[in-house]
Amino acid sequence: MVIETQGLTKRYGKVVAVDGLDLRIEAGEVYGLLGPNGSGKTTTILMLLGLTEPSAGTVRVLGLDPTREPLSLKKQVGYLPDSVGFYNEMTAWENLAYTARLNGLPRDLSRIRIERVLQRMGLAEVAHRPVSAFSRGMRQRLGLAEVLLKEPRVVVLDEPTLGLDPEAAQEFLKMIQSLKAEGITVLLSSHLLHQVQTICDRVGLFHKGKLVLEGRVEELAQRILGGAYRIRLEATPLDGLVERLQALPEVSRVQTDTRGLRLEASLDIRPQVARTVLEAGAALHSLSLEQPSLDEVYARYFQEVRHAA
Amino acid sequence: MQPSPNKLRREGSPWTGLWAVFFKEMADHLSSTRMRILEVLILFSAVGAVYAGAQTLRQTIGEDPFLLLRVFTAAQDPLPSFVAFLSFFLPLAAIALGFDAINGEYNRNTLSRILAQPIYRDALLWGKFLAGLATLALILLALFLLVVGLGLVFLGVPPGSEEVGRALLFLLATLAYTGVWLGVALVTSVLFRSAATSALAAIAVWLFFALFWGIIAQLLAQAVAPFDPFDPESELRQTEALLAFSRLSPNTLYAEAIQVLLNPGIRSLGPVLITQLQGALLGSPLPLGQSFLLAWPQLTGLIALTLLLFALAYVLFQRREVRA
Ligand SMILES: Nc1ncnc2c1ncn2[C@@H]1O[C@H](COP(=O)(O)OP(=O)(O)OP(=O)(O)O)[C@@H](O)[C@H]1O
Ligand SMILES: [Mg+2]
Repeated sequence: MVIETQGLTKRYGKVVAVDGLDLRIEAGEVYGLLGPNGSGKTTTILMLLGLTEPSAGTVRVLGLDPTREPLSLKKQVGYLPDSVGFYNEMTAWENLAYTARLNGLPRDLSRIRIERVLQRMGLAEVAHRPVSAFSRGMRQRLGLAEVLLKEPRVVVLDEPTLGLDPEAAQEFLKMIQSLKAEGITVLLSSHLLHQVQTICDRVGLFHKGKLVLEGRVEELAQRILGGAYRIRLEATPLDGLVERLQALPEVSRVQTDTRGLRLEASLDIRPQVARTVLEAGAALHSLSLEQPSLDEVYARYFQEVRHAA
Repeated sequence: MQPSPNKLRREGSPWTGLWAVFFKEMADHLSSTRMRILEVLILFSAVGAVYAGAQTLRQTIGEDPFLLLRVFTAAQDPLPSFVAFLSFFLPLAAIALGFDAINGEYNRNTLSRILAQPIYRDALLWGKFLAGLATLALILLALFLLVVGLGLVFLGVPPGSEEVGRALLFLLATLAYTGVWLGVALVTSVLFRSAATSALAAIAVWLFFALFWGIIAQLLAQAVAPFDPFDPESELRQTEALLAFSRLSPNTLYAEAIQVLLNPGIRSLGPVLITQLQGALLGSPLPLGQSFLLAWPQLTGLIALTLLLFALAYVLFQRREVRA
């Protein structure tokens, strides 16, 4: 177990930012800490790194206690804060050299490593430019370069795709995913569920400081959404289609929206759906299988919680 | 806030990374625009003061064994003496170097990134403080050599060894005094998130001691030891109370220390009784060792005040959340 917390709690006055969190993350996992703004993700991360003290509960990262053994812990754990900043008047290289010195790396080793991480993050060409001229995406990559500089065993990333355009975000997520291949354990937080769901082995959904759902994305989808297969179709006219589709034994739910219909089914029944549509005399424009989305899992879960209340 | 017994048994040295921080901050200071401005400002005033001082000296005093020290203290209207310039500018220079030490890291979003490296907060604070102090020491030393050199050019008399000793002690006292203001700036940089507010607060403290503390000390002394026309000792008591109160200000401590160090004729600080003067040749200079002993309480006072301010900044900083 690389990261393990028990009853981890953080209170700011009356506000309970994190409430009795039990987290267990295995070596080599990519774990997504997901939840809306203010749900306690950053607070959890800060406690894992010993940057803020827990009000109650215990934390072990790589078997170390962050408040008691912060130095050996921070030597092996890289952290990319949500709004990462650098010294603007210094170059990318100088910023990394400072980090290397803080980590006590010998000069020769740090030169080799800085070169390597800048190359890897695609920043080799701008290495000697002041950071003030860097775009948000470049800064984020420089942040990841800094994290990799100490060759960490665990990497903690807070909102790594924040402020990146969709393409840059995907590219950045690929870089994160490549860490897994090196055996690095990754913990990342995000409120953009659909964006990170593809790279996470497991996710934990936060709500008001509590971990309300946890597991693999497909597992959660299965559990919360019932049917794992979601079929989207566009057809005209729609009259009478809903009833006919609902009559199919595998279909558990039919929804209409602006663009067409959405079915939930226990099996991939696209051929049957196509036949039904044609038999009804409608024209079929498109038919596709949708990946279950975490956003939906999340939304549905809270719908159910609210209904239950 | 609950006490944390964990803090008592921390792993490793709190100084890990101190030198990395020190050299980075030092390089920042030395290359900053702020520093250029300070240098120009102090340089002009120093040259002006020394020139004016040397002019007065050449006209008046012919043979003085402490010519260099006179260069430091001689003033010619409308220019104040070199020492007066220093005691005015150095607090401002110290504040200029320290007012954004910690809040600057917050505002640049670098603090959490730096503290995620294997160092303690101690190293960051000490590194910044020592870098500021070393930078100020560097300015001071450069200025000192400049003044000694200029003095040589204008007056043509090389200083004696005792004079150099006194001048170096004066330098030390000035550094301790500067350290106090660096400490004040460090505290405000932890207290206030905005750099402008922090600078303003530190300058307000400086103004308070420079302008108002004298008046307040007077009022306090009158309240504590009222003057009684029928009690001859009451006047002495009031003077002593006034001295005690005014010594709470670093400015007073510094003024007294350099007075003793730069003026070998001074044998005692504060009210002097006739009995204390018995056996002492009036006007004969005090040896360096004696002057040093006389200034010792003031010097330690300044150093203690610096450490106290640093400790305050330290405690405040340890309790700060890393994020805004
Ligand atoms: N220093 C503080 N003092 C008081 N309350 C705080 C402090 N820091 C955080 N909080 C509160 O703790 C809760 C959790 O905040 P946290 O930053 O951990 O959320 P988050 O999940 O990271 O949100 P975001 O997606 O906006 O980054 C919030 O309600 C916040 O208001
Ligand atoms: Mg956050």
